[in-house]
Amino acid sequence: MTDNGNSMNRRKFLRESLWGACLGGLGAAAGLTGARNNRDNMVWQIDPNLCIQCGNCATYCVLELSAVKCVQAYALCGYCDLCTGYLVPEPTALDTSAENALCPTGAIKRTFVEDPYYEYTIDETLCNGCGKCVKGCLAFGNGSLFLQVRHDRCKNCNECAIAAACPSGAYKRVPADQPYLLKGVERKE
Amino acid sequence: MTRWARIAAFMVVLLTPSLSALGELRFPPPEFESGYQFPQTTTPAAQSVIREYIDAAVLLVALLLATYLILRRRSRRAVYVLMISALLYFGFWRDGCICPIGAIQNVTLTIFDSNYAIPLVAGVFFILPLVFTLFVGRTFCGAVCPLGAIQDAVLIHPVAVPRWLESGLRLGAYTYLGAAVLFAAIGNSFVICRYDPFVGFFRLSGNWNVLIIGVSLLLIGLFIGRPYCRFLCPYGVLLRQMSRLSKWRVTITPNECIKCRLCEGACPFGAIREPTGDWPHGEYKIAKRRLALFLLLLPVLVVAGGWGGYSLKERLARVHPRVRTAERVYLEETGKVEGTTNASNAFRATGRTSESLYQEATTIRDRFAVGGALLGGFLGLVVGGKLVALSVRRRRTDYEADRASCFACGRCYRYCPKEHEWRKKGREVLAGR
Repeated sequence: MTDNGNSMNRRKFLRESLWGACLGGLGAAAGLTGARNNRDNMVWQIDPNLCIQCGNCATYCVLELSAVKCVQAYALCGYCDLCTGYLVPEPTALDTSAENALCPTGAIKRTFVEDPYYEYTIDETLCNGCGKCVKGCLAFGNGSLFLQVRHDRCKNCNECAIAAACPSGAYKRVPADQPYLLKGVERKE
Repeated sequence: MTRWARIAAFMVVLLTPSLSALGELRFPPPEFESGYQFPQTTTPAAQSVIREYIDAAVLLVALLLATYLILRRRSRRAVYVLMISALLYFGFWRDGCICPIGAIQNVTLTIFDSNYAIPLVAGVFFILPLVFTLFVGRTFCGAVCPLGAIQDAVLIHPVAVPRWLESGLRLGAYTYLGAAVLFAAIGNSFVICRYDPFVGFFRLSGNWNVLIIGVSLLLIGLFIGRPYCRFLCPYGVLLRQMSRLSKWRVTITPNECIKCRLCEGACPFGAIREPTGDWPHGEYKIAKRRLALFLLLLPVLVVAGGWGGYSLKERLARVHPRVRTAERVYLEETGKVEGTTNASNAFRATGRTSESLYQEATTIRDRFAVGGALLGGFLGLVVGGKLVALSVRRRRTDYEADRASCFACGRCYRYCPKEHEWRKKGREVLAGR
């Protein structure tokens, strides 16, 4: 074993250079992170124009009650008495009775404004994001109801479980300073 | 307007073709006479980034503390306390997200998608434990990682796994890492997050299938220490390589090894390596031939793996939702299946032509052909490397913790009589002062 000392040196040299290479690699990763982090962080959001109201938002969210809620674009709403987002398809009466309500959790509040107009607002503590009202509103109304990820509730998971289950590719990562894709409002680019 | 008139108007609307563009609303918003103002749609802000900075700071402090407790204090009890605190904070309090294991995907996506802005915390979580490991070994695994902690906490009756089996099962981790990188880069999915077995416990909710995997892993973990860490963890693969090169590391004994063999069975993770003597007589020649054979086999394995990965491109590509939609739409268009799915309906609603979708799917499949070949080649290289490593004999004179496999949990310390001597001396010095 005359070359023992030599081989140990060789091994040591290899180890040291590999060590340096690894540190360099991590430095590069850190640099890349820094370079790509000059923009805002990203959060998940639903593109209402791609959403098909499949109902996955209500069931796939990691939260007990989904962070996806129906929101109302008031400026688009027709304030109809016969609201197809609020009432089941063939209502027995145009009223607030449970048997005529489309929403399974009773999350939509109907308030009289003036004859013949009614305001519809969403109680987000009850809404489960199933999108039934959105479907109803889109089918026969103005489409002023739509689904959005509400960021006061969203955990912003690394991979959104609903996004993974979304059949229409409506989930996107959007910059955190403009975390909503609202209907009827032009987005600043 | 009477109610019937309104319903009649409604019926008329039903018969008109759908008007989707803004400004052509079916029911123009009314002009209110009562002075009603349109409320604004509320937009609650996203969670503040300060929380992320706090997480990054907590990680740094935890790593520093872990390193001090493991390498300087040499106290398993303190490490255990830190480990449980980390489990409570990163696991149950922060819901297990973000973690360094998942951050692999964020870093990968950053490299492959220039539009993706990686959260600072993801970058920090990816880099910090690796840097620490490069200096002091896997102190992250031992005391900071919540996934490791939950498994470590349930370990009650460790059973030894034969070295060859352990090495073979570890292929799972390499496969997982390769697949995670591939799918994050070109598959539009974060599989590590999707199949995180323990995050369901942290959140106390989750997908049934994944919860079942988590429960099974914990049940296995009662007897086989940290099964996820050893056989599946993709980040562990990176940590292993860093740990091999680390400047400092866990040493079973605080000073010199007296080869008393008391620590032999101390490690529940099979990371303690016994001293080796010279080659047994007559085996040297066979071993040399075996090594030569494996070295020759290495390129063959790489090529075979690459070819295998390439031929799996169709199946791998199916991870991408676009490809799945394209396949479904194709089946529907050619009349091979009845009915439609949500995905195919959603695609048709966009008004794109099927051809453009098929084209997109073909592009993705082509990417997976390259990616699959690379993944297969990588796995071939790993298998070949393992065979070579198993046939190389390292000279060891002492009982030592394997640099790569040691989780730096500190369990072995108290098995060493030298440790007790060292502690006694320390106490005497303190008392004397």
